[in-house]
Amino acid sequence: MSGILVIQEERGQGRNRFSYEALAAGRILAGLTGLSLETAVVGDKNTPILAETSGVPPMTAYAVQHPQLKHYTSDGYVLAFEQLIRKLQPAFIVVPHSYQSRDYVPRVATRFGQVLISDITGIETGPTFVRQLFQGRMNGSYRHPGDGPCFLSVQAGAFQVDSAQGGTTTILPFEPEIPADAVRARPGEPFRGSSETVDLGSAQRIVSVGRGIKSAENISLVQELATSLGAELAASRPICDNGWVPMERQVGSSGQTVSPKLYLAVGISGAIQHLVGMKGSQCIVAINKDPDAPIFEVADYGIVGDLFEVVPALTEAVKGAGH
Amino acid sequence: MKIMVAIKQVPDRDAQVRINASAKWIEESDLQYALNESDAYALEEGLQLKEKHGGEVIVVSAGPERVGSTIREALAKGADRAIHIVCDDIGERDALSVARLLAAAMKPESPDLVLTGLQSEDLGLGQTGVIVAELLGMPHASLILQVEKTETGVTVKQELEEGWFQTIELPTPAVLTIQSGGNKLRYATLMGIKRAKTKEVRQLTATELAVDAAPVVVLERITLPKKQKSTQMLSGTAAEAAAALVQKLKFEVHVL
Ligand SMILES: Cc1cc2nc3c(=O)[nH]c(=O)nc-3n(C[C@H](O)[C@H](O)[C@H](O)COP(=O)(O)OP(=O)(O)OC[C@H]3O[C@@H](n4cnc5c(N)ncnc54)[C@H](O)[C@@H]3O)c2cc1C
Repeated sequence: MSGILVIQEERGQGRNRFSYEALAAGRILAGLTGLSLETAVVGDKNTPILAETSGVPPMTAYAVQHPQLKHYTSDGYVLAFEQLIRKLQPAFIVVPHSYQSRDYVPRVATRFGQVLISDITGIETGPTFVRQLFQGRMNGSYRHPGDGPCFLSVQAGAFQVDSAQGGTTTILPFEPEIPADAVRARPGEPFRGSSETVDLGSAQRIVSVGRGIKSAENISLVQELATSLGAELAASRPICDNGWVPMERQVGSSGQTVSPKLYLAVGISGAIQHLVGMKGSQCIVAINKDPDAPIFEVADYGIVGDLFEVVPALTEAVKGAGH
Repeated sequence: MKIMVAIKQVPDRDAQVRINASAKWIEESDLQYALNESDAYALEEGLQLKEKHGGEVIVVSAGPERVGSTIREALAKGADRAIHIVCDDIGERDALSVARLLAAAMKPESPDLVLTGLQSEDLGLGQTGVIVAELLGMPHASLILQVEKTETGVTVKQELEEGWFQTIELPTPAVLTIQSGGNKLRYATLMGIKRAKTKEVRQLTATELAVDAAPVVVLERITLPKKQKSTQMLSGTAAEAAAALVQKLKFEVHVL
């Protein structure tokens, strides 16, 4: 057991922030444990993210390459990283929490008799690892008491990208063995979903509705408030899953990212997948009957109350203010 | 097609969750429970595949006696039979131990397809299905919205991030973790509820399945999250709070 291995993902220009955050988490862990930091990415030595990492510790970066890794598959990545981890014997493996890592890392961990501590938001002395429970309503502190590598994935936006001081990174190739028949899945090319006709990204005001609204018929209540404010209507995922508001108005990690001047969240609890899509808004207002709803953690103004009373009252007040 | 669906009972969304005296878990007395949301979509997918192609849907759930009510609900919606892995120490087990229980109960059934929800609403670990695939030696795909049966397996639609998707072909037997929203959920009919009472629920124990509880990762403590921002709370009646908010939006935020 030696160092800390951060596995980055090369996503293409400007889309690698989650990997830098994983690296930042790796550095915090290195500070706490005194262990050295190494990194790996699938690609050759010219993979852009490796160039961006060089000059900043980790001191060694592994370019993991094999023709079978050209397209992402769980089977290919599991074999590649199982072999790299057996070779390096790191004490910790840190990855960004992404659709990709959640697809293959639990399988790799299982091969070592380990469990991925997923979606962590903090690292404390011990080390203990903090992650959300009950959709953000509580935090849990986890420890990994035994021997064997400890697998961690890092929640998007939880760690500040840092610019650690200089040093040179050596890039080494790593070629795993992946038998021709080992990859069982045949992935197609990624494609875009519904032609996004509504661009919420440029809206100045958004009124967003969540499951607190209870039924499709009640959506009109929130629509009225939006109209009185001159705002676009948006929604959380369950509302779009139910077809109460069209999919292209969904805000969050699997919907749109918005940053209006005003984001008014009605009956939305504030799960992380929703928050990542709207926490860049200039002013966030939350209406929720639960004073402990996580949405209040990011809200500038809050009203604790029954939306079926507050929303009509607010529509009236906005109209009365001559808007 | 023989389809097994792993389902989890979780605290109801609207239930007040409070930290218990040990600060290691929540207060469970008089808590309401429900079927985990993405598991409901996994069950729905299984039922629809069965309706199209024939076969059998078997639900599997691990947990204490109370889990029985969630199992009955799945049977009422149309599952053919169930396996209840009765264990009171489910809270002390980590994802690997729970997946071992599920996999051990599934293996002798030789399913063609195993479906699970992609993540639970309580712990949110998001990996049980993937670990089950590894333990069963099956290929898997995660975050799945649609499943089409083919000659040799399945073609699935996987959700990526920010509105992107991907199609994947997989040979069966395979494990799929299902994302919410791919189908419309059905309700149990009165007839279904009646029939569920006569359907088989086989009870197994962790001891019979030879899976011990010793965890590799331990949940040590639960706390309430710290606020990231200082929120101005507007109180009073609905009308008063609404009027106060309009004032703030006008004179402090300048958006009205
Ligand atoms: C991979 C993945 C991707 C996801 N992508 C997204 C995404 O893009 N966008 C997204 O939104 N979610 C997404 N989710 C789902 C997310 O985890 C949450 O489940 C979802 O955001 C919850 O929506 P909600 O807040 O509307 O519902 P709930 O969590 O059920 O919250 C409802 C809220 O309404 C309040 N309420 C109830 N009744 C009233 C009333 N009468 N008056 C006032 N308040 C009331 C409750 O107190 C509660 O806080 C994703 C999940 C996963 C796993």
